[in-house]
Amino acid sequence: MRGRAREASVMAAEPATQETEQEPLLEATIRRIVREELERAAKRDPASRRACLIASKGTLDWAYPPFILGSAAAAAGMETSVFFTFYGLNLLRKDFERRLAISPVGNPAMPMPMPMSDIVTALPGMKALATGMMKSMFKRKGVATVRELRDICLESGVRLIACTMTMEVFGYSKEDFIDGVEFGGAGAFLSAARKSHVTLFI
Amino acid sequence: MATPTEDRSLDCRGLLCPMPVVRTSREMKGLQPGQVLKLLATDRGAVTDIPAWAADTGNELLEWREEGGALVFFLRKGVPE
Repeated sequence: MRGRAREASVMAAEPATQETEQEPLLEATIRRIVREELERAAKRDPASRRACLIASKGTLDWAYPPFILGSAAAAAGMETSVFFTFYGLNLLRKDFERRLAISPVGNPAMPMPMPMSDIVTALPGMKALATGMMKSMFKRKGVATVRELRDICLESGVRLIACTMTMEVFGYSKEDFIDGVEFGGAGAFLSAARKSHVTLFI
Repeated sequence: MATPTEDRSLDCRGLLCPMPVVRTSREMKGLQPGQVLKLLATDRGAVTDIPAWAADTGNELLEWREEGGALVFFLRKGVPE
């Protein structure tokens, strides 16, 4: 009996000591569980898999970012929409390549072979020269063309949406645009953007 | 650590952003979960882009190194969730 009583008291004592030892461990465990649950919830959040961009510029240099980010987002498994408004609309036109140009006027950041004043960069032919220079530089370095990047976007399911308001203002018709383009307005953009963590105005 | 053995390889040397990620994503679609893709690239951005892409898409970057002037990545296709 005495032996048993001792055994019982030992058994009773054990959980008590364990409990006090476990307290800090328990807090760490709870923190870890909460963190893991939050990470899982963030992963499940559909907005983390959506990107919604606005492309508002139509010059050769600014033609790249929306298509680069659009194709990269699609490659990362994101549902991606790009809204083209104002000069960005030109990027969706069938004849877009003829319109893609860059002007060195008023762009002191543009790399030039030699320093040039605005008077010089404003001379006739300078726009064509700068455009040709940029195209050949990009080609030489191995950057995909705007057309290739746009094709990748279309093939990988990126939604390309043309702003109907600016189409109206510029006198563009649906026939001016490449196949696969959708049409919408600010409401359509906002509806998609509110469900996307990634939204950018380019 | 032993070098992983690849089931398929992809050469993206000479291509700049976003092409290494775009091509890798396409190539990975043709692999079975657990299979390994060896990627060659020269775009310095791939050093950050490929690990980020792998983490976001549930694929595993087994290892990467520089070899003969190129970046070599070994990616294991993950199991779809």
